[in-house]
Amino acid sequence: MSRNPSAAAATDPDEVVRFDDVSMRYGRGPEILRDLSFSLSPGSFHFLTGPSGAGKSSLLKLIYLAAQPSKGLIHLFGHDIAHADPGDRPQLRRRIGVVFQDLLLLDHMTAFDNAALPLRIAGAKPQEYRGDVAELLTWVGLGGRMHALPATLAGGEKQRLAIARAVVNRPQILLADEPTSNVDHDMALRIYRLFVELNRLGTTILIATHDQDLVARSGRPSLHLEGGRLGLRQPQGPALS
Amino acid sequence: MSEMFDPARWRPAPFLPERETRDGSLVFVVAVLCFLACVTALGVIAADRAARGWSSQLSEEATVIVRARPGETPDSAAARAAEALAGVRGVAEARALEPEKAYDLVRPWLGDVADVEDLPVPRLVAVSLDQRRPATAGALEAALKAQGVDAIVDDHSLWLKDVRRSAGIARGMGTVVFLLIAGAAGAVVAFATRAGLAAQRDVVEVLHLTGAEDGFISALFQARFARVAAVAGLIGAGGAILSGAILRMLGGSQGLTPALPIAWSDLLAVLPCPLLAAGVAALAARFTAGALIRAMQ
Repeated sequence: MSRNPSAAAATDPDEVVRFDDVSMRYGRGPEILRDLSFSLSPGSFHFLTGPSGAGKSSLLKLIYLAAQPSKGLIHLFGHDIAHADPGDRPQLRRRIGVVFQDLLLLDHMTAFDNAALPLRIAGAKPQEYRGDVAELLTWVGLGGRMHALPATLAGGEKQRLAIARAVVNRPQILLADEPTSNVDHDMALRIYRLFVELNRLGTTILIATHDQDLVARSGRPSLHLEGGRLGLRQPQGPALS
Repeated sequence: MSEMFDPARWRPAPFLPERETRDGSLVFVVAVLCFLACVTALGVIAADRAARGWSSQLSEEATVIVRARPGETPDSAAARAAEALAGVRGVAEARALEPEKAYDLVRPWLGDVADVEDLPVPRLVAVSLDQRRPATAGALEAALKAQGVDAIVDDHSLWLKDVRRSAGIARGMGTVVFLLIAGAAGAVVAFATRAGLAAQRDVVEVLHLTGAEDGFISALFQARFARVAAVAGLIGAGGAILSGAILRMLGGSQGLTPALPIAWSDLLAVLPCPLLAAGVAALAARFTAGALIRAMQ
């Protein structure tokens, strides 16, 4: 988080995400998120923490354009999304990688097809990306499971496939919603290391998680949501090697 | 066991699952609607042909009722009328009908009268008109009057008007029924698209959030339902052609009945059905999918 939540500065084109006094409610219900102001700079790595129901998934949905704020301004890659042409939204979404909480893998497609999906949607030709997708799947440890359907994959394999799909087109920001919720400790560490590796390559990372142990050991800052308000927590102690 | 996967030989999977359990029932419903639409279209064509045949027959003929003047026999009055009419421009032939034909016309009212010949039954003259430039009733009346023949000219205009009105109503009703069936087919496809989108909501959501444009997602559903409707249209049109062919064969040269004559060439009219069905389905699917995807924003 690169600026004081209370300071409303002019839009910085280098900021990947910027929220200005953003609130959100579902229908006529109470506000889930209240007056959030923060920004994420390129190459940053943050966790998003908070109790269940605090609005972590809702905050991520606002960033990946699956929900709209009830108040405030959101800038993505320097674009004010409230005033952006609706036709530009698909292009903005292609710059965001998302690991959904329920993964949303397509059951009728093989692991290879699932991972290649964002590239196909972006209009790339198979001969241009076949090798890259195979390499990526090997990198996430699914080299021997490329033709497997999601239903036949283990929990950790599905998580890694969802991550591969999220990063295959080299997004500028990666959002992950509880990516380690259904895996054991070792797998959680392995997945975390994947994110660190991606971050080293320049991708901005924001991971929503309940895993306080992982957050504490990572040495990374976290955005903490509670009661609809957002606060920044700096790491304490040494980082995970 | 090591699993072999060769990325170089990989071919992209379709974005939507290829088979849907609902497709079978959708094909059935749309095929039935297409069959009904095709049969309606054949009925309209047959009714139109019948009406044209009747009006052509009626407009090519006129009947003249001749009453004998005092001192003249009915037969000689009819012969004189036929002679007068034969010379009129636009008359191809004028022929005095045999007295029996006139007796046959009055017999239902008089019963079997033994000495019907003694009654003053008017004689009939059948006039065949030139098809290209038929003589008008006025011209026929003028020619008869000039020869001093007491006669009434019936150019069938009253019947002709009724036949044409009936044919117009049959055509109109057939067209309305055809459009209603096409509309029902469109509505069925729209419902099926909604159900398909609901069943494939995860796929649509992933495509949407991965950066697919709305038009791209709509086009997937448009192509899918157009394909399903084209197959259903082919089945429906095939069924209608088969039914029409059976009716044509059963009905001999005039079709099922003289009232609704079906020609072999009429059966070709249902050939565009698969294309029309695909078009209606594509439009319905595109609009429905587009509206639902916009609602996801």
